Amino acid sequence: MNGKRPSISVPWVLVHLLLIAVSIVVIVPLLYLVISAFKTEQGFLEHTFLPLGEGALGIDWSQLTTKQLGRLFSSEIGIGRALVNSIFLSATTAMLATFICALAGYASAALDFKGKRAFEWLVLAALIIPPPLLIAPSYQWLHTLGLLDSYTGLILPAVAPAFGVFLFRQATLQSVPKSILEAARIDGLGEFGIFLVIALPMLRPMVGAFLIITFLAMWNNFIGPQIVLQSAEKQPLSVVIYQTQTAYYSDYGLLMAGTLVSILPVAALFLFLQRDFIAGLSSGAVKG
Amino acid sequence: MTKDTKAAPYLFLAPFLILFLVFTLVPLFQSVPLATQHTFGPDASIDVGMEKFSRAFGDPRFWTALRNTLVFTTGSVLIQLPVALALALVLNRKHVLGRGIFRLLFFSPQLVGLVFVAVLAMVMFQKQKGLVNSILAGGADLIRGLPIIGGWLPSKSDILGIPWLETLAMPALIITALWMYAGFNMIYFLAALQNVPKELEEAAMIDGAGPIRRFFAVTLPSIKPVAIFVVLLSVIGSIQVFELAYIMLPEGMGLQDSGLTLVTYLFKNGFEIGDLGYATAIGWLIAALLSIAAITQRVLNRSEVRL
Repeated sequence: MNGKRPSISVPWVLVHLLLIAVSIVVIVPLLYLVISAFKTEQGFLEHTFLPLGEGALGIDWSQLTTKQLGRLFSSEIGIGRALVNSIFLSATTAMLATFICALAGYASAALDFKGKRAFEWLVLAALIIPPPLLIAPSYQWLHTLGLLDSYTGLILPAVAPAFGVFLFRQATLQSVPKSILEAARIDGLGEFGIFLVIALPMLRPMVGAFLIITFLAMWNNFIGPQIVLQSAEKQPLSVVIYQTQTAYYSDYGLLMAGTLVSILPVAALFLFLQRDFIAGLSSGAVKG
Repeated sequence: MTKDTKAAPYLFLAPFLILFLVFTLVPLFQSVPLATQHTFGPDASIDVGMEKFSRAFGDPRFWTALRNTLVFTTGSVLIQLPVALALALVLNRKHVLGRGIFRLLFFSPQLVGLVFVAVLAMVMFQKQKGLVNSILAGGADLIRGLPIIGGWLPSKSDILGIPWLETLAMPALIITALWMYAGFNMIYFLAALQNVPKELEEAAMIDGAGPIRRFFAVTLPSIKPVAIFVVLLSVIGSIQVFELAYIMLPEGMGLQDSGLTLVTYLFKNGFEIGDLGYATAIGWLIAALLSIAAITQRVLNRSEVRL
């Protein structure tokens, strides 16, 4: 335990064995998902994991097929459209929510105005409104507004989350010094210019983290589209995959292929913004 | 101050305030009258007073849903969070190779997303051909030759036929949530462990405190604020469990409501049966449950501070 201890010891080996064991538990379902995505309905039933047989690495590669992926994008299921819908819905929601929350969070932390206390109180109170309570009344209200079966009805309620305002408020307090804002004001920059040019770059880790949070939230939003959208061609991946599960109940290969297509864009986005995400998560969200 | 600076804060708050008012506050206020109505489609309704609430209290399915939800919440907190903390403690040790890779790997189930994890779990927990039962059966075959234990093991066909999704819904849900969220909560604990004062740890070590003693005397008190926060988030999230159960289980709830949760019951009443009033009343009862959780946490937190 002191600095002189050699790095390879019994506890060191045990720690790594444990980490590897947990890694296997985490990875096996993911591998299973990928492998199953390349199996036919029959192939899924015949081989639990990889189809062993004659071929390179002892695997019968001829048993694996991209037929299921092809079926997904054909007119039979038309997952291409759902993919576009999901990307559009998630990207729009993420950008609007990040902009709206950053604007409000920054204002409540860095600007002085009458009613500031009341606003802060409102944001804190809003954090404890439980989402399940709003499910049924929101449906009725969107019906009254004529927003059912429209993307507007799905996006607008999702772009003003109070916790976003709270996160950006904390991030501003932490990383945007008031003296810099004051200097910019003396230089004659307008308030919106100061926000856009000075504050927003300083909030970059939180912007990255919040883009991911809101993008993922809409990508994985199931209850929202299930309630608001009615037309089949408007549905995002989450609902289409669920419907595929109901319609092609026993074709697990197809189902896994659809799941694979659904998670690849998100995984790519996350790897791209990962550094910001971890930084944002540990700077603003967890202030112990 | 110029005119511009005076108006600016309000203009900055306006988009949020307007959307919040229209899409959160209005439904929130509507949830009060709606819980006292019986609806016929989204337009027509009659007033029924507190009938929806009294119905919930006499509804055995509501109590089943409540029990299942509490089982899921307990399982999540008591199993998943200790695992998350243990992973963080292990990764936080000195001389760990590939720390960044393990951290990303343990976090990665989160990237699959709730809906898609549910679909994957549905396939994996299938009877006969699902991976979970296949692995269990394979493992049982390996030790079948052993004396004593070998005799106790159920037969291969019994193991392959374990009905996770049908009647063992709660264990299946808890295991799936463990796989998905342990690495996510680990990130919070890892961040908290950065705040443990090194001097304190070293002082305890010099005083001859063993690793277990150091954990309870130094590490745990230092990460307590974050730990309480993570427990509360976990409880609040678990009480609202819906997608996982609804997508994974047959009919969204398993056989004989074995995996029926509160939000699933709310959803089924509101959007399959069309009783928005009852759905809203259940929503209020879920809100009450969440407040109890939050208040309990507050009280616990305060009583600890006094010590």
